[in-house]
Order: sequence, then structure tokens, then C-alpha cells
Amino acid sequence: MASRKALTQSDTPATRMPPLGALQAGRAFTHHLLTNQTLFMFVVLLVMMFGFAQLSPYFLTKDNLLQVTVQAAVICMLGAGQTFVILTAGIDLGVGSVLALVTVVSAIVMESWAGLARSNVLIAGQQGGGLIPGLAAGLLVGAACGFSNGVIIGKLRVPPFVATLGMMGIARGLALIVTEGIPRFRLAPGAEFVGQGRVLGIPVPTISVLLLYAVCYVVLTRTRLGRYTYAIGSNPQATLLSGVNIPRYLAVVYMISGLTAALAGLTEMSRIGSGQPAGGQGYELDSIAAVVLGGTSLLGGEGRILGTLIGALIIAILRNGLNILNISAFWQQVAIGVIIIIAVFADQVRRGTRG
Amino acid sequence: MRTDGQASQRPFIGARTPGDVVLEGRGVSKRFPGVVALDRVDLDIRAGEVHVVLGENGAGKSTLMKILSGAYRKDDGEILLDGRPVEIREPRHAQGLGIAIIYQTFNQVPHLSVAENILLGRERTRLGLIDYEDLHRRAQRELDRIGLRVSLGTRVMDLSVAQRQMIEIAKALSLNARIVIMDEPTSALTERETETLFDIIESLRREKVGIIYISHRLEEVKRVGDRVTVLRDGKKIGTLDVADSDIPTMIRMMVGRDLTFAAIERQSRRGSEMLRVESLGREGVLHDIGFAVGQGEIVAFFGLVGAGRTELARAIFGVDRIDKGRIAIDGEVVRISSPEVAVRHRLGFLAEDRLGSGLALSMTVSQNMTLPSLSYFGRLGWLRLGAERQAVDEFIKTLHIQTPSQDQPIRYLSGGNQQKVILARWLMARSRILLLDEPTQGIDVGAKEEVHRLMIEFARVRGGAVVLISSDLPEVLRMSDRILVMREGRIVAEVAHDQANQELVMEYAAGTRRG
Repeated sequence: MASRKALTQSDTPATRMPPLGALQAGRAFTHHLLTNQTLFMFVVLLVMMFGFAQLSPYFLTKDNLLQVTVQAAVICMLGAGQTFVILTAGIDLGVGSVLALVTVVSAIVMESWAGLARSNVLIAGQQGGGLIPGLAAGLLVGAACGFSNGVIIGKLRVPPFVATLGMMGIARGLALIVTEGIPRFRLAPGAEFVGQGRVLGIPVPTISVLLLYAVCYVVLTRTRLGRYTYAIGSNPQATLLSGVNIPRYLAVVYMISGLTAALAGLTEMSRIGSGQPAGGQGYELDSIAAVVLGGTSLLGGEGRILGTLIGALIIAILRNGLNILNISAFWQQVAIGVIIIIAVFADQVRRGTRG
Repeated sequence: MRTDGQASQRPFIGARTPGDVVLEGRGVSKRFPGVVALDRVDLDIRAGEVHVVLGENGAGKSTLMKILSGAYRKDDGEILLDGRPVEIREPRHAQGLGIAIIYQTFNQVPHLSVAENILLGRERTRLGLIDYEDLHRRAQRELDRIGLRVSLGTRVMDLSVAQRQMIEIAKALSLNARIVIMDEPTSALTERETETLFDIIESLRREKVGIIYISHRLEEVKRVGDRVTVLRDGKKIGTLDVADSDIPTMIRMMVGRDLTFAAIERQSRRGSEMLRVESLGREGVLHDIGFAVGQGEIVAFFGLVGAGRTELARAIFGVDRIDKGRIAIDGEVVRISSPEVAVRHRLGFLAEDRLGSGLALSMTVSQNMTLPSLSYFGRLGWLRLGAERQAVDEFIKTLHIQTPSQDQPIRYLSGGNQQKVILARWLMARSRILLLDEPTQGIDVGAKEEVHRLMIEFARVRGGAVVLISSDLPEVLRMSDRILVMREGRIVAEVAHDQANQELVMEYAAGTRRG
């Protein structure tokens, strides 16, 4: 254990040794930058944006920046739920598949609702409905998938990696089964608003992301659920001995991840105008990358939701910028891989500075 | 802790001609962000001496040892080995130079066997495969040397804490080091194992090995030490010959003031019964346990490692399942199926393993303190952070917790202060019954005194009940109103404090006397 004397007396060693004190003050800023991964990644984000702005005049236009936020929306949403999960020292590999299942179930409900309306089961005037039931069904499916993950992990003690790997297969399989592998295109009227609409010129997905992150921030910093999320990841044994019902809170945490997957699914469905049983492949890795880039420790207990937002934006801006520069999508994958490794390495160095 | 110096007789006799200086540190300094951990410390170790390093938690002992063993790099000063300056780069380098360290916390791979752990990184291979025959032969030799009898194939995770400590010692000795650093080596050992360790130390001394010995137990200093160096607040206060110094002097140097151990008023009359345990059993671990604790009472559980005391506390607190028996709180039978239920019944549990089961190391002082009492700070899962801050600050003040602020990550606090945060955790949660498992293990005399004071205050003033589990006999005798001795999962004796003495209690615990 590091043996450090807590400084409480006015007679601190630093004041007794002026040269050391001055040295420390000089190091303060660098130290802050190095110890705060979120801040560090924010600087990386700004540097990247500056670089792309130099390379392409189109990059810094309002249209393109708004476009980036829309492109980033799905990863941002998945990353938000993934942050909760990773803070508990867990992982959710199922979010991509759950997203796909959500899009097809929602699309099918919208389609069937319209069918029922046509066959006069529903009274006239409700024609064209199905939007709300469709969206609700999507959210319900996401929550159910997440909740069962949480129960399997919390109550049955199946390791998160394995449980959600299972869910990854199950949700994907179900999405293919209910659609027989065929995408569904007949969405309810009005469905495009969720992914393509604008309010006061700002894209709806962008607004959804901002609201979602505001809610997550409040939950993580000002509620018992948030505190326990950190505590479970930091030391589950100590948390248990403090009288916290860990299985219950894990169920909630994984349900949050399911819900954000659903929100991402509905946004994606609305944006591309269909429910795609094969959609969302690899999204789980994007969301994990966003969390890790944002400085949240994969070991749990440490991290910030704001970091994930920055991480997701870094990934989206990298893709967007490389697109503008006409660099192939294959190289984009390489670039993202490299930046993830650099970010985690920086994080290790940062921990190293703590001695 | 006794200060009467009764342990000053020396069992080890022999020529004590001071050997040559093997290892020397001059003006060693180390800074961490915001803290000067070591401030120009000098230290020299001679061949064949036991050099005790004393100091309260946070005095800089561990930092100095980490520098000598290569875990940290020093910022200033120099280290000389055989009179020549060396720059110790990393732990492997220190090992190569002949400096071995036995850590207080284990450096082991839990899933590997005893043999594999002892010789980790030094396995010999045949045709590229590990030569297990050779590995076992060499490991057995090391076990024989310290007289530890465990099977070489046992996974380390299945051993007791004491056995793991001995494995750690075997590992260090197998390096044939010229300097061996022992950091609180006896804190997890029983009396007998401690004796074995002292024998090992004596034979190392004869082999002209220099030993740096860190301990909080001042009796041990008199027992094994040749010289003692005292550190305080990262500075060296002085070096003494053990033979010429007494324990009160050492304490004064450590804490910078005189420490008096106030006599403790006994609870003569037992208050209303707060906790009753009846014929409690857990297959293979606990058998037919029955006892009661009254309001204002401190009942100590003494026993050797493995007697089942920790298991009992875990069973009462709902961590482990109970097979038989029942528990009553305030005369009402309750079913404590989980720690959540235990906390609701206002029980508090301070676990033995502070780092493993007590602290959320990545979180702050405040977050650690309020973990079980968040529901007091707002309704419906909401947290009123202002109210939380205020409550935490109050506890930091009343418990004299030394921390720059409540937002300090708890890992930066000394062991004693960490322990006080955990006590504050349960006081804040308004616990009425405290189960304290080794509450003063590995903390310095000053902090120990404060923890004792808090226990007394909790029982006598607040009217709580305390179940104290401790392997520290002087502590048990000093603090308890009654002593229950456990052996092999059973309560084998009950001793009132006025009849208790070290020998009697120890005999019950060892099974050489029956109650």
C-alpha cells in the first residue's frame, strides 16, 4: 500500500521544502491533463477537428457538423447504456443484436397495426396509427432483453461476457426468425420523425442524445442507483457488505443498456426507413470503444458518462473526416483500431503517474 | 499493546558483532503529487542484523521499502550496496542485487499451486516444458526450511491467510537474498507460526543476512530487533540500539507525544439483550454456536486462525447461509437472509480484509462512508448531495479522520484512517450492533487507540453492542467485557474479563485446556 501522509496540518512537507513546492505547482496543469482522461480525450477531439478543418473546407460547415451528430447518435446512445454496464465491471455484447431485434419488432407491430386497421378491426379514424404502439413495442423488447441479461448475470451469476454473448446470438436469431430474414419497410406514418425530423433546425437524433446524456448524468451523479453502479464495479464485496442488493441493481443497469439499445434501434430504423434483421452488426464493439475512449475503466468503478459522449464523437468524426477526404472505409477501421489502442495506452500512462 | 516491557527478555543469544554495512540509503526522498512521502531519509543495514523500521501509517515506511525493493524510483538521494552506488530500477533488478521483500499483502497467483508460486519465474525447463519434478524438489526444500507443512500441489487460493503469509516468506528466502525486507510479517500469523518465523530470522542472522523488519508490534521489536529506526511524517527521527531503549521512548518518537493507555471502565451490569444467537450451525464450519450480547457490552471472540470466528460473523450478517439455529435481535427472532436485511436490522460489519471486502478503492472518502446510508439522504433513490457532504464532514471531524477533503480517493489514506472511515460508515448508518473483525489489524498505535476509544463510546455512550473478533490478545483482554473462545467452529469457553489472562485464553484456544 502506498504510504502517503494525508496533508491536513498547515505544517505540510511542501511548505517546509520550498523548491519541491514550486516544482509541484509547475506540474499541476500537466498533471491534471494527464490524470483526467476525459479532459485529455476532449483535447484529442479538438485537435482532430482542427486537423480535418485544415484538410477540408467542407468539414467545419454547419451542415456537416450536424450531420456528424446524427451519424454519431446511434453509437452515443448505445455507449450511454454501455457506460452503466462497464462501470459495474460488466460488458454488454448484445446491444447490436438487440438493436436489430428492436427495429424488426417495432416495424412488424407498425405494419400489423396498419393491417388491423385495414381489416376494420379498428374503428376508422385510427388509421395511420401504429406509430406509438410500434415504438412502445421496441422499447419493451429492449428493456426485456436487458432485464433478462441482468437477471442471468446478477441472480444466476453467469459472467457478463458469457451472458451477453448468449444474448447476442439469441436476439439476432429471433430477429431473423420473426422476419424470415427479410427486412420490413412498411413503417407507420410519422415514424421518420424519430430519425430524420428536425426541431428548430436541429436533428431529432441529436436532441435525443443530448436529453439521454443529461438524464444519464443526473442518474449517475445524483441518485442511489448511480452511486451503487460505481460501487458495484469498484468493489462488489464491499458493496454487498454495505447492504446493497446487487442482483436487483444489476438487473436495472442491464435494463438501462437494453433501453438505450432500443432507443438507438428506433432511431436507426426511422433513419433508414426499415427494420433490418441483419442490422447493427459490430455496434457492440463501437459502443465499447466509445466508453473506453472516454476514459471509463474496463475494470469498473471509474469513469464518466461525458467521456463516452466524447469517445463516440471521436469515432464519428474520424469516420466523417476520412469520408470527406475520400479515404476508404477499410482504412477507417484501421484508424479507429489504432486510436483505441493509443487511448488505452495513454490511460495506462496516466495510471502510472499515480504511482 | 503493553508497554511494561515484559517481553524484553531475549531468547536469541549469540555473538552480536556488528557486521559490515551492506545496504545504505542516503538522503532518500520521494514525492507524490501533493505529498512528500519521504524527506531525505538515511538508513543503513549491516550484515547479520535485524533492523526494525518503526512508524505510524503514513510515516513513509512502505514507500522506503518500495524504493529499496525497486517498486518505486526515488526522486533524490542515493542508495549504496557494499559501498557502491546503485540505481534500483525495478523489482527484478532488486532481486538480482540480492534484495528480497516479503509484502504484507500477497503477491501471489491464486490459481497456481504452492510450488508454482514459490518458484514463479524461475522454473527450469526440460525440452521447453516445465520440469515439475525439479520444481517440486526445490519448492519442498524451501517449505522444509521454514517448517511449513502444506501439499505442494495445493492451489494458493485454498490456503489460509497465515499459510499464504508463510508461502510469501518461503518465496523470498528461496532467492538467497542478502537483504530481506519483512513488512508486518506477523500480522496474520498465530503464536506458533510467529515463533517459527523468529527461528527463521535467527538462522538468517547467523547466515549474515541483513533483515529490515517493519512492525507495529512493539513487543516484537524488543524481541527480534538489533537496531531500530523511527520514521515520522516522511522524516527519520532517529536510530537506536534496541538493547539501550525502551518501548515508551519508541512510542514517543513515533507519535511525537506521550501515549497513555487509559484504563477502560468495565461494563458490570449487562443491559437489555440486543443480539442472541442460538444453536447456529453451518455444515462443516460452525457447530452449535450460542451466545448473547447485551446493550453496552463488548464481547470478544478469540481463537486461532481458522477457528471459525470470521465465518460466524459472516453467517450472522447474512453473507453465508445458515443451516441450523436462529438469531434474535432485541428479543425478536429474525431471518437474516442477506447483508441487506442485516443492515435493515441495524447491524454493521467491519470485515477483516480491509482492501478486499471493506473499501471501494476507486471511490472517495465520502462515497465510501455513505455507502450503506444513502437512503438517509433523500427519498425515492434521489441523493441530496449537500446533506451528504455535511454529514460526512461531521464524521470526519468527530472521528479525527486525516484527509485533505472528503473528495480524496480513499486509497490515498493511511490504513488507520481508512479503518476509521469504515467505522464511520456504520455509525452513520445508525448501526446498533457492530461486528468488528480484526478492526485494528495493520494499523498504528495512535489509530488503534482511537478505534478503541470509538468502540467504547459506541457501546457505553450510544448504547450499542459490539462483537469484537481479534487475534491480538492484549487487545482482547483490554477491550472486552467477556471473552468467548472459539476452536474448530465451536465456542469452547467463556471467560469473564476479571478472570482472563493471556495464558488461560490461549490454552482454551489451542485446546490444551477444556472449559
